[in-house]
Amino acid sequence: MVVSILHRITGDGMATVGTVVLVWWLAAIAAGRESYHTFYHVFGEVAGGALGYLFGIGMTLCFFQHMATGIRHFFLDAGAGYELKVNRAGSIATMVFAVVATVLVWAYILGVK
Amino acid sequence: MGNGTELGRVRGLGSAKEGAHHWWAQRVTAGSNLFLTLWFFVALVRLPAYDFDTVHTWLGSPWAAIPLVLLVLSVFYHFRLGLQVLIEDYQHGASRVALMLLLNFFTFGSGAIALFAILKVAFTATTGVPHV
Ligand code: HEM
Ligand code: HEM
Repeated sequence: MVVSILHRITGDGMATVGTVVLVWWLAAIAAGRESYHTFYHVFGEVAGGALGYLFGIGMTLCFFQHMATGIRHFFLDAGAGYELKVNRAGSIATMVFAVVATVLVWAYILGVK
Repeated sequence: MGNGTELGRVRGLGSAKEGAHHWWAQRVTAGSNLFLTLWFFVALVRLPAYDFDTVHTWLGSPWAAIPLVLLVLSVFYHFRLGLQVLIEDYQHGASRVALMLLLNFFTFGSGAIALFAILKVAFTATTGVPHV
């Protein structure tokens, strides 16, 4: 139940906010140094890059959550995993996975780099 | 419930028989998204820096530009289908038609910009640098 709505929210979030930022980023690279600098400034420098972190971490979480529920969908579509216990465990697993994967990725980015 | 009368279908009250194709396309693109987005994710995280020169060089390489073009096609098609379902679930009547139009403008508009940007950088890359 809850992961179904999460799947929708994360998908819609990436499709709207994610698309706008992705397109902005690509267009800025194509347009040249000046334009890229504006983009870089907004996401990397204003308020210590707060917007960049908000977007980056938010998108990472959305991505992993949507990916996990999307893969879960494949199993459900194939007719497996409808027993209540399995179903519940599977839906919780997607959320645990999304949070853990996000933490790991950002620990890597901030720590190792 | 039957399939509706011929007249009902003409009036748009029956199935347009697009449902199965939509469902299938959503899943095919979900599969290709899985590989392409994971690649993109790893590539982004592995970039040594995010300054102009680094990302410009990276995007100029066919090893980045080609999968990124495929990613845009796959992801945009996928979310175009996904957002359509969202609109169909919550909107009816005239506002539904308006939002569908808006969705198409958004998808094709932003998709065109994305593809143009990638190809512009790739086609004007001056060196044959191997990807980072
Ligand atoms: C799509 C557009 C993106 C752009 C333009 C972008 C751009 C940037 C920029 C400009 C920075 C600042 C670099 C620095 O301070 O060294 C940055 C940092 C970072 N971005 Fe992105 N990024 C984008 C997407 C992402 C995404 C999707 C992720 C994660 C998946 C991501 C992860 C990071 C990380 C991790 C940093 C490093 C933070 C740091 O080292 O302080 N970026 N990004
Ligand atoms: C990681 C790879 C991905 C997988 C495995 C995946 C899987 C899926 C699946 C199976 C559905 C259909 C759900 C249903 O029929 O109820 C779906 C819906 C959707 N996906 Fe994805 N997807 C992926 C990536 C993305 C990305 C990158 C975006 C956006 C940029 C996205 C946006 C959407 C949207 C908007 C929906 C519709 C959600 C709804 O309102 O029901 N997906 N996804």
